[in-house]
Amino acid sequence: MTLEKNGVLSLEELAELPGMPSKERLEQGPVAVIECAQEIPCNPCEEACPSGAIQVGEPITNLPVLIEDKCTGCGLCIAACPGQAIFVVDMTYSDKEAIVQLPYEFLPLPEKGETIDGLDREGQRICTARVVKVLNPKKFDRTPVVTIAVPKGCAMAVRDIAIRR
Amino acid sequence: MRGTEFAIVGAGPAGLSAAIEAARAGVQVMLIDENEKPGGQLFKQIHKFFGSKEHYAGIRGIDIGAQLLSEVEACGVEVMLDSVVWGGFADHTLGIIRDQKNLQLKAKKILLATGAAENALAFPGWTLPGVMGAGAIQTLVNVQRVLPGRRVLMVGSGNVGLIVSYQLLQAGAEVVAVLEAVPKVGGYGVHASKLRRHGVPILTSTTIKEARGKERVEKAISIGLDHDWREIPGTEREYEADVICLALGLTPLSELAWMAGCQFEYIPQLGGHVPVHDSNMETTVRGIYVAGDVSGIEEASTAMEEGKLAGIAVAEALGYLSAEEAASRKEAVLRRLDELRSGPFGEARNQAKERLHQQRCSQ
Repeated sequence: MTLEKNGVLSLEELAELPGMPSKERLEQGPVAVIECAQEIPCNPCEEACPSGAIQVGEPITNLPVLIEDKCTGCGLCIAACPGQAIFVVDMTYSDKEAIVQLPYEFLPLPEKGETIDGLDREGQRICTARVVKVLNPKKFDRTPVVTIAVPKGCAMAVRDIAIRR
Repeated sequence: MRGTEFAIVGAGPAGLSAAIEAARAGVQVMLIDENEKPGGQLFKQIHKFFGSKEHYAGIRGIDIGAQLLSEVEACGVEVMLDSVVWGGFADHTLGIIRDQKNLQLKAKKILLATGAAENALAFPGWTLPGVMGAGAIQTLVNVQRVLPGRRVLMVGSGNVGLIVSYQLLQAGAEVVAVLEAVPKVGGYGVHASKLRRHGVPILTSTTIKEARGKERVEKAISIGLDHDWREIPGTEREYEADVICLALGLTPLSELAWMAGCQFEYIPQLGGHVPVHDSNMETTVRGIYVAGDVSGIEEASTAMEEGKLAGIAVAEALGYLSAEEAASRKEAVLRRLDELRSGPFGEARNQAKERLHQQRCSQ
């Protein structure tokens, strides 16, 4: 598995994950994308979801299963995941752009309206992202969630933004 | 000579949890630590923990530490800081140095929760300033808020290496690469992915060959390894780096257990020689318990649960808990420990722990 070899989930690995939404579901609006591929004893995502859309169950090492019809794309799971492995993607944002919400634990935080490099799973700059929103409520416990607008074609590839120094 | 019912050596996650559990049951507890503050490594852990709600999942280590300290205070545990336990003697007596004075403490039961020491690696240039352990870097960056350098080469891709690399990025340093001698990333994939997304390369089957520099580290050389751990000539890479961080695993700090005459077993999956213990965490020397990394290298979450086990067992042995009450509390802890040791990352540790328990029970 390439995750074990170099820390990057391959597209093949991603396709196998029970936390990935279907193509059809992605076209219907905001939905969680759970890139959790190893059987780690961990379940805060299940606890965080107010809609019962993430199922870990027992044993606690089960990979999180996304029940895509129940997911509202609220994004509460993003900051709850200790592995920063959950994102929310909204393909319906506009004709050309999609929304990606991601955890971002760096300072300074980006500001709304700012443009910033969108990075893929290997840290490659693949597009320019526009910061739409930055949420950092107490409930997220210092894991701010940054919402960016990116070209639709990049929505399933952009998973971070460049650190601002 | 002073006396107490229950002396705990080491105020990290295991020691604190044991103290709380025992003191709540009514045991008189003395918690001793050589540092100026209790908490062990917890206050360096600024990341969110894994596990379930019962294991403090999703909570940062620093916040778990603060919670444990307030509980220790609330239940009347006496905490002795800046105090080094330098030896143990017959009749459960500890030798302690405090304020440059020697004192002796006699206890009915003793828990050794002394933690672990980092493993080092010798290579040309390894004595240059700038080569340091991951623990030291975490102390500098997360506790003292001092950046040890600008460009760091990380050696070791276990969870410690991956987490410290990420924390270095958060602190403003650049991590030029993470090296891993075996063909697989050692720690959790999610920790590795967080680094990769920010462009940090993780090179498996690669190790450190040399550190170069006049007064301190200026360059680091890595080299590829074949499946027999032999260096592959021509695969050297040179990095501009002012820090080489070693995150090569831990070894139980077990001197006091050796001194007490505890029986040991060599278990590589648990970090080397570990004191044989039962599921009460009692060693082969009656009345001496171990918990946390000294009883086998694991994580803070497992250390806390093991500490609780020892605390409950001691309270039971001293007559503060009925056998039934103790059994039901232990059962809950053991269930949580089973969870933490489940899955591909925990399986080897789980089996090793079971082997230790069986050995202790067959005696």
